[in-house]
Amino acid sequence: MAEEKKLKLSNTVLPSESMKVVAESMGIAQIQEETCQLLTDEVSYRIKEIAQDALKFMHMGKRQKLTTSDIDYALKLKNVEPLYGFHAQEFIPFRFASGGGRELYFYEEKEVDLSDIINTPLPRVPLDVCLKAHWLSIEGCQPAIPENPPPAPKEQQKAEATEPLKSAKPGQEEDGPLKGKGQGTAAADGKGKEKKAPPLLEGAPFRLKPRSIHELSVEQQLYYKEITEACVGSCEAKRAEALQSIATDPGLYQMLPRFSTFISEGVRVNVVQNNLALLIYLMRMVKALMDNPTLYLEKYVHELIPAVMTCIVSRQLCLRPDVDNHWALRDFAARLVAQICKHFSTTTNNIQSRITKTFTKSWVDEKTPWTTRYGSIAGLAELGHDVIKTLILPRLQQEGERIRSVLDGPVLSNIDRIGADHVQSLLLKHCAPVLAKLRPPPDNQDAYRGEFGSLGPLLCSHVVKARAQAALQAQQVNRTTLTITQPRPTLTLSQAPQPGPRTPGLLKVPGSIALPVQTLVSARAAAPPQPSPPPTKFIVMSSSSSASSTQQVLSLSTSAPGSGSTTTSPVTTTVPSVQPIVKLVSTATTAPPSTAPAGPGSVQKYIVVSLPPTGEGKGGPPSHPSPVPPPSSSPSPLGGSALCGGKQDAGDSPPPAPGTPKANGSQPTGPGSPQPAL
Amino acid sequence: MAALAEEQTEVAVKLEPEGPPTLLPPQTGDGAGEGSGGTPNNGPNGGGGNVAAVAATAAAGGDGGTPKPVVAVSAAAPAGAAPVSAAPTEAGAPHDRQTLLAVLQFLRQSNLREAEEALRREARLLEEAVAGSGAPGELDGAGAEAASALLSRVTASVPGSAAPDPPGSGASGATVFSGSASGPAAPGKVGSVAVEDQPDVSAVLSAYNQQGDPAMYEEYYSGLKHFIECSLDCHRAELSQLFYPLFVHMYLELVYNQHENEAKSFFEKFHGDQECYYQDDLRVLSSLTKKEHMKGNETMLDFRTSKFVLRISRDSYQLLKRHLQEKQNNQIWNIVQEHLYIDIFDGMPRSKQQIDAMVGSLAGEAKREANKSKVFFGLLKEPEIEVPLDDEDEEGENEEGKPKKKKPKKDSAGSKSKKQDPNAPPQNRIPLPELKDSDKLDKIMNMKETTKRVRLGPDCLPSICFYTFLNAYQGLTAVDVTDDSSLIAGGFADSTVRVWSVTPKKLRSVKQASDLSLIDKESDDVLERIMDEKTASELKILYGHSGPVYGASFSPDRNYLLSSSEDGTVRLWSLQTFTCLVGYKGHNYPVWDTQFSPYGYYFVSGGHDRVARLWATDHYQPLRIFAGHLADVNCTRFHPNSNYVATGSADRTVRLWDVLNGNCVRIFTGHKGPIHSLTFSPNGRFLATGATDGRVLLWDIGHGLMVGELKGHTDTVCSLRFSRDGEILASGSMDNTVRLWDAIKAFEDLETDDFTTATGHINLPENSQELLLGTYMTKSTPVVHLHFTRRNLVLAAGAYSPQ
Repeated sequence: MAEEKKLKLSNTVLPSESMKVVAESMGIAQIQEETCQLLTDEVSYRIKEIAQDALKFMHMGKRQKLTTSDIDYALKLKNVEPLYGFHAQEFIPFRFASGGGRELYFYEEKEVDLSDIINTPLPRVPLDVCLKAHWLSIEGCQPAIPENPPPAPKEQQKAEATEPLKSAKPGQEEDGPLKGKGQGTAAADGKGKEKKAPPLLEGAPFRLKPRSIHELSVEQQLYYKEITEACVGSCEAKRAEALQSIATDPGLYQMLPRFSTFISEGVRVNVVQNNLALLIYLMRMVKALMDNPTLYLEKYVHELIPAVMTCIVSRQLCLRPDVDNHWALRDFAARLVAQICKHFSTTTNNIQSRITKTFTKSWVDEKTPWTTRYGSIAGLAELGHDVIKTLILPRLQQEGERIRSVLDGPVLSNIDRIGADHVQSLLLKHCAPVLAKLRPPPDNQDAYRGEFGSLGPLLCSHVVKARAQAALQAQQVNRTTLTITQPRPTLTLSQAPQPGPRTPGLLKVPGSIALPVQTLVSARAAAPPQPSPPPTKFIVMSSSSSASSTQQVLSLSTSAPGSGSTTTSPVTTTVPSVQPIVKLVSTATTAPPSTAPAGPGSVQKYIVVSLPPTGEGKGGPPSHPSPVPPPSSSPSPLGGSALCGGKQDAGDSPPPAPGTPKANGSQPTGPGSPQPAL
Repeated sequence: MAALAEEQTEVAVKLEPEGPPTLLPPQTGDGAGEGSGGTPNNGPNGGGGNVAAVAATAAAGGDGGTPKPVVAVSAAAPAGAAPVSAAPTEAGAPHDRQTLLAVLQFLRQSNLREAEEALRREARLLEEAVAGSGAPGELDGAGAEAASALLSRVTASVPGSAAPDPPGSGASGATVFSGSASGPAAPGKVGSVAVEDQPDVSAVLSAYNQQGDPAMYEEYYSGLKHFIECSLDCHRAELSQLFYPLFVHMYLELVYNQHENEAKSFFEKFHGDQECYYQDDLRVLSSLTKKEHMKGNETMLDFRTSKFVLRISRDSYQLLKRHLQEKQNNQIWNIVQEHLYIDIFDGMPRSKQQIDAMVGSLAGEAKREANKSKVFFGLLKEPEIEVPLDDEDEEGENEEGKPKKKKPKKDSAGSKSKKQDPNAPPQNRIPLPELKDSDKLDKIMNMKETTKRVRLGPDCLPSICFYTFLNAYQGLTAVDVTDDSSLIAGGFADSTVRVWSVTPKKLRSVKQASDLSLIDKESDDVLERIMDEKTASELKILYGHSGPVYGASFSPDRNYLLSSSEDGTVRLWSLQTFTCLVGYKGHNYPVWDTQFSPYGYYFVSGGHDRVARLWATDHYQPLRIFAGHLADVNCTRFHPNSNYVATGSADRTVRLWDVLNGNCVRIFTGHKGPIHSLTFSPNGRFLATGATDGRVLLWDIGHGLMVGELKGHTDTVCSLRFSRDGEILASGSMDNTVRLWDAIKAFEDLETDDFTTATGHINLPENSQELLLGTYMTKSTPVVHLHFTRRNLVLAAGAYSPQ
């Protein structure tokens, strides 16, 4: 039952325009407003009645989702003929489109060529219902087997972390820890915790919660050893598997303290020894841990942040700073920090502001070496457009002078020169999209020079490029709006509102969409051979004139076309982050009118679909229109490349980091990196 | 009404030539007692070939002078039933009864509440004394008295509407009975109103005709609100109960009198004050904005046709009455008089908490007297079976278990049932089928297993084996497991019923008739030989329904399977031939649940038509119709002694019905959402119910009290089951968890002092968490069914539904 005492009910009715539209479609041209009003009242009431009956069928069918057949049965109850033809199992086949200020929901009816149907091979027969037994509990303990959910769900880990004081009843005091000790396994522990889960009891004796058990079972010890060895070992394929395991395995939370210590100690040692490769491996472990949806990392952030920060701003990360590509590591770690901020920053811990302060401080310092300088800027830039706008742009002029003095001045040291060069391109890369958004179109070299000093001209040309990119993007997206292609009819469209306000940093301006859609698609086609036909692609652009700025994440999942579901790489089936995701991004009205054909003043929404299983197509910085596949990419979908190349991209693309420009995805694997690909 | 209805069916049953005597004129006393009113009239009907299940039988009762148009109409004519001509009867009711009623009526009209109450109480005392002496079964003048009581509940009839219910004429053709709801022990109450839809709606609604100034409604309501909020704390909680029914009726009056805007603003202004558990009904109301909508709106009809029952202490009631009289607030007073039934009790006003525990149903709380009648909740004596002791080793499916005539040694588990339970019904109260040899074998197996049963308790929790239905695509709608846990049946949304064998023994069907004739009938293994090896498989699919299968139940002897479906039928399947044997048509609307009696032969079904029906497998017409619920009957369960049936409904009440006479003997209110699961404790004393509000409530059947509340689930509780010895209650829910509760503890600190029993005011323990023994998450698999094997292993089942 709803907790809130005051409930709000409102009687919504259909707009009377709908009645007009329906009347028109029936051939009744003129219909009075009064009639419309009467009709909407009646129709709304009847629809609600049907919906209430349909709900009844949903409940009795033991489902959480209303299906079209429920509505059919409800109609049948009322002795109304059901609507034939809407028998899709679990999706509502309406599409939304808009343009020219009109919004439209339509039922897509494609013309079907019979010969196509005849020629396509029959789809695989769906699997029949079967019965499978497993132990949900053995004498009160839930065994840790794949059929059961992970022993400690994230909420519970959180509850444990945040509510250190818990009361327990006298009866359970004895058997909870007792059993835990006796078995020492995840299951026993899980159960012990479960019993403690109830909220505070009134009047019951308070008691400190038992410390989490720090012994690992033999299997867990073996696992830990294998994983850590593989993560820092020399075999790339093994590492990929290990990282995959960290990112997906549900039962790792007991090992978290060890992993986090492993990482922080590892970074400390290897920074001193300038072992770049190992640092990269460790950062990839952090990334994998962050990707694991079942882990509650909050407790260990204090150990992880310093390690990651070290990899961003350390003066020296490798033995030969002039040759080794430690820049890629800094970039990667900077993205990690941005991700950490996004996930864990709250008003109480202030992670983001503290990190921002740290970066700013080291950047402002005159004596900071170029490497640290680079790291600080990268770290700031990853935090989003707002941060760039407020913290980086004002310092552009000053920084430009400094760069010029190194580049143009007498050659002091090669290392400084390289550093300054990198800082310059970094600034250009991050500032151009922001400026393209902020400044009105006519880009004048002189104006830029006046405002940004020596970096001005370069910046100007980058901004122009960024604008072109954005325009191209908008066009591409627009074109696809007109022809929505849906190769396969089975498609789920569920809509989940994204809670909470988003920082502007997450918004994706057209300019920052790295690649034209065409490229994206073609890159997909060239991706590792798939046994199944390519999955459904959807690019929908729609603009709505509604002022609501709430963002929605539409997730569009193809329901396993043909044999696809079983043969695609495990990434698609197990990692939720790689499932096809439609992101709906809206830009502010400040977008240049040229990119908004719907007219100025309208809020635009872009739906971008990311496709499984790899995100390789997204590689390539915006300055290089032709996608450069990561060097390590190999055609095997199961191999390490798909996991390491695709993984980090995949990690960037889902909701956790929609704002990170995808172009950066391939940066760590950038040109000439002698290090193993990230 | 129900009583009459089943009176009719009894006649029908009697007329069937081939039917074995099942629930025939049950006991002399009862038969005569009720029959004296009903049978003479119904006899001719039945004799005329009308095997109709229900007939409209009504008599002009004692309150012919009532200005209110009260309508009694029968409906629910099953498909294919011959038209029943209502036989308006002139009751031979004694005159003193009529005068009593008339006096009561007069007193009520002239607002002499106390006098009326006193008289009523006196009359009831008289009545109960009479009923008490009449029940045991002597045939005396009490019979006539009972009959007149029965008749007085049924009032004027509308001959025209006795024609068969046109199925689907707009709104539900389901009937609303409320007379039977109030129970047979409530004489002199004119509440029995059965409503046929369209033609009578206006009659029903006409009570709303009298109206005040629509603009004043808000003032009236807020005036009352102010009064209640300013009253003393001890009265406030009780009087607050008035808010919801008053709000609803005032709103409906406004709508009926076509003050659309006033109604809207009235709703807007006050709907936020209502308790959150009325949210669903309020949502229905909010969409009801026009008089035209009222036609055929079931919720609205429920409100109009049944009085909302409030339980208020005398002090609080006096306070209210004084206030209303002072203020000359006739509008509200009229509503209170006409649409509410205020059950006044003496003593301390109840606390907010006590009230909250009991309210929430569609029509308020149960009247106190509704739960007063005696219920035989004890178990029947187990038949004496000699248990062969020494063949412990030759276990297994030995068909020739040959119960050797050894010295009868009493099994520990069996012995407790040897002495007659004082609360048990007479052994032959309901005719039960005789035990067959195979049943005896099964009982022996059961006893053997019993000796190996795990003793459960808080320190010894059962293991749970979960059967996951894979690839069901959210289509699994019902599951049942045989008592010996060898077969699992699943009902699916694609209209199929699938039966799995979960033991190595495969499912085989009997050979074709031509092949059967070749078998040597004298051979020892004839039972083996008749089976067709070629058909052996682990899974059999039963096709026949034309809609989702919402209920499934195995017969205790594992020879039959029942399934109920959206198509309005209950089907009986043979597990020997895996074919459909009978389709029971009666519910014209979806049948939500069905269950076999623990002794076989009978079964019960309940559905969207708001009635539960009792059937026997060899009758194609129902034997009893249990009518009284105000909304769909979602689940039906037999009492372990087969003498009672419990039904859980979407009107948020649970009712217990007597199979013998069709009376409603218990009404349990307190759930805040539609009830979706029921289970009796193995000793028959307690009932556990689960609803969409995620709570499990425990009830003491004997005392008719709520005795516990188990909170923990966050979604609909789909399945409930007690362990074999009743120590543990397992609950499964849509929130993908199985939870185990300490049932012994829940029932042991039960306070059943006289006061609690008399008033029904219960104080529930604050915290049910200490009863929770374990929570087990599944992987996105709602738990649709739970079962304890004979050795107390939990079997759970559900369909994996990928997110």
